[in-house]
Amino acid sequence: MKRETMINAALLLAMIAVPLWAYYAGKPFTITLATKVAILALAGVGLNIALGIGGLVSFGHAAFFGLGGYTMGILASHAQSYSPLFNWPFLFEGSQNMLMIWGVTILVSALAGLIIGLLALRTSGVYFIMLSLAFGQMLYYFAISWPAYGGEDGLSIYVRNGFPGLNTLDPIQFFAICFALLLLALFFTHRLMNSPFGLALNAARQSPLRAATVGVGVFRLRLVALIISAIITGLAGALYADLNRFISPTMLSWQTSGEIMVFVILGGVGRLMGPLAGAALFIILEQVLGPISEYWHIYLGAMLLLVVLFARGGIIGSLAKRDAAHE
Amino acid sequence: MNNPVLRLENIQKSFGALVASDNISLDLRAGEIHALIGPNGAGKSTLIQQIAGSLAPDHGRISLLGQDISKAGLSQRARLGLARTFQISELALEDSVLQNVLLGVIGASGRVFRFFRNALKDQDNITQANTALSRVGLLEVAQKPVSTLSHGQRRQLEIAIALTLKPKVLLLDEPMAGLGGSGSKALMPLLETLKSEAPILLVEHDMDAVFALADRISVLVYGKLIATGSVAEIRANREVRTAYLGDEA
Ligand SMILES: Nc1ncnc2c1ncn2[C@@H]1O[C@H](COP(=O)(O)OP(=O)(O)OP(=O)(O)O)[C@@H](O)[C@H]1O
Ligand SMILES: [Mg+2]
Repeated sequence: MKRETMINAALLLAMIAVPLWAYYAGKPFTITLATKVAILALAGVGLNIALGIGGLVSFGHAAFFGLGGYTMGILASHAQSYSPLFNWPFLFEGSQNMLMIWGVTILVSALAGLIIGLLALRTSGVYFIMLSLAFGQMLYYFAISWPAYGGEDGLSIYVRNGFPGLNTLDPIQFFAICFALLLLALFFTHRLMNSPFGLALNAARQSPLRAATVGVGVFRLRLVALIISAIITGLAGALYADLNRFISPTMLSWQTSGEIMVFVILGGVGRLMGPLAGAALFIILEQVLGPISEYWHIYLGAMLLLVVLFARGGIIGSLAKRDAAHE
Repeated sequence: MNNPVLRLENIQKSFGALVASDNISLDLRAGEIHALIGPNGAGKSTLIQQIAGSLAPDHGRISLLGQDISKAGLSQRARLGLARTFQISELALEDSVLQNVLLGVIGASGRVFRFFRNALKDQDNITQANTALSRVGLLEVAQKPVSTLSHGQRRQLEIAIALTLKPKVLLLDEPMAGLGGSGSKALMPLLETLKSEAPILLVEHDMDAVFALADRISVLVYGKLIATGSVAEIRANREVRTAYLGDEA
């Protein structure tokens, strides 16, 4: 077996074992941390499709993450207050059903991905980075200045949204939901990487001219990649809002975009499990170093620097190094 | 006289004050190798780019099999069968040789938006890719990353990829550059067979190869086409001799 496959399996096993242990040891906080890792990893899995496979350095993925969050917040708050979102052209009521919320999140994120893609994908390099950032910042300031859903202060949802047949207030059950979505996204990404679409996207990252020269419409290819990426990160945002039962413009901020990118880079750009490794390390560092120093981000920054300078494949890449030699 | 496969009419292209293509009209007929020669910077690659669609001419018209393709984009022209190799190899270096060729198979089929099928296990596509690889003699290195290939192998890979497009026209920009004497010799019989499948517009500096292979030759100097004719006509042309071949030719 390839080393990377073993590392991936070990990571997934740990993601199951730790919450299970915490469940039997009666440590719900640890389960919540594992849930956070799963959700943030999911956000990273989304970005990894655009950034890792497609080479689209989006510095605006907080837009999708936040849109997912606000979709949840808006639907749930209307459900709480029994007031419909709108009556015309059809009655649209709020919802506290996760499936419904995810459905709307998928639509909203896909639309946002489409719009930003149509605008930003005509450029590349630093212009693409700036346009994606600008798009995220636009939504951020809009959320701050829009009082209906909490404005700057954010918005609390008092009861976690429901999932048919499960008690989402039970930490281990909510974890199971988030982890299942993560697994689904990872499975999809795995298939995508080896698919004709993935092959073309991967080649277009290395040489768009080469891809176009053999008949691949690179713009459409990247647009679809960005939309898929947006949907996955958007779903993570909806889950994150459910985890905290709170949304705020912070979810849309450029710092959030940066953090999602950090998971991907730390874990290994373009590696299937890179975002999971990165998000796990991020949360572990936060828990271990956070209490020691409020400046723990300095250590994170140093690690990031080391990864960028010496270990381009991130954690997964460094651990799986021997694979390349064997091939 | 049957209609040309590819026809350029009055192609004009300037980069600022520099005229890279000066009112160029040229055609490519079925079954021929049409060599495009000229000194460095004459505008040969610029012309290839305009035919392939990676660069838009300022004026002029390009048609393939009688159909005006001037408005078609790069990828669209590729799907119509305009296959091109690059003077400086343009490949997905991290990917394997096979993956690069499969990209051609997939791109040509227009079936790019498939998310679940494993492209590396699709037997139909692999057969097509392997056929192209064996024609250029790269089947043994199919699994290697392109970054480990020699310069010459990369040139061959470019041709293999072009072949996956089921080309109607082959645009080859200096396929022999850097191959060395033996490498060029090995490539010549392949081009000789390929021309009956798709006519070749061949940009090449190696004059021995050009004189041996070409059915017709066009000479480009400072963006202007100064002559088109058979090998014998071009060899005898005074203007060509002073501009490019040198008097000893
Ligand atoms: N994108 C560009 N912008 C400005 N000038 C360009 C551009 N592309 C090419 N040129 C110029 O146009 C001229 C023709 O270049 P081209 O590459 O077509 O020459 P060539 O005939 O292929 O030469 P060689 O034999 O060296 O490959 C050159 O002077 C080159 O510097
Ligand atoms: Mg050239």
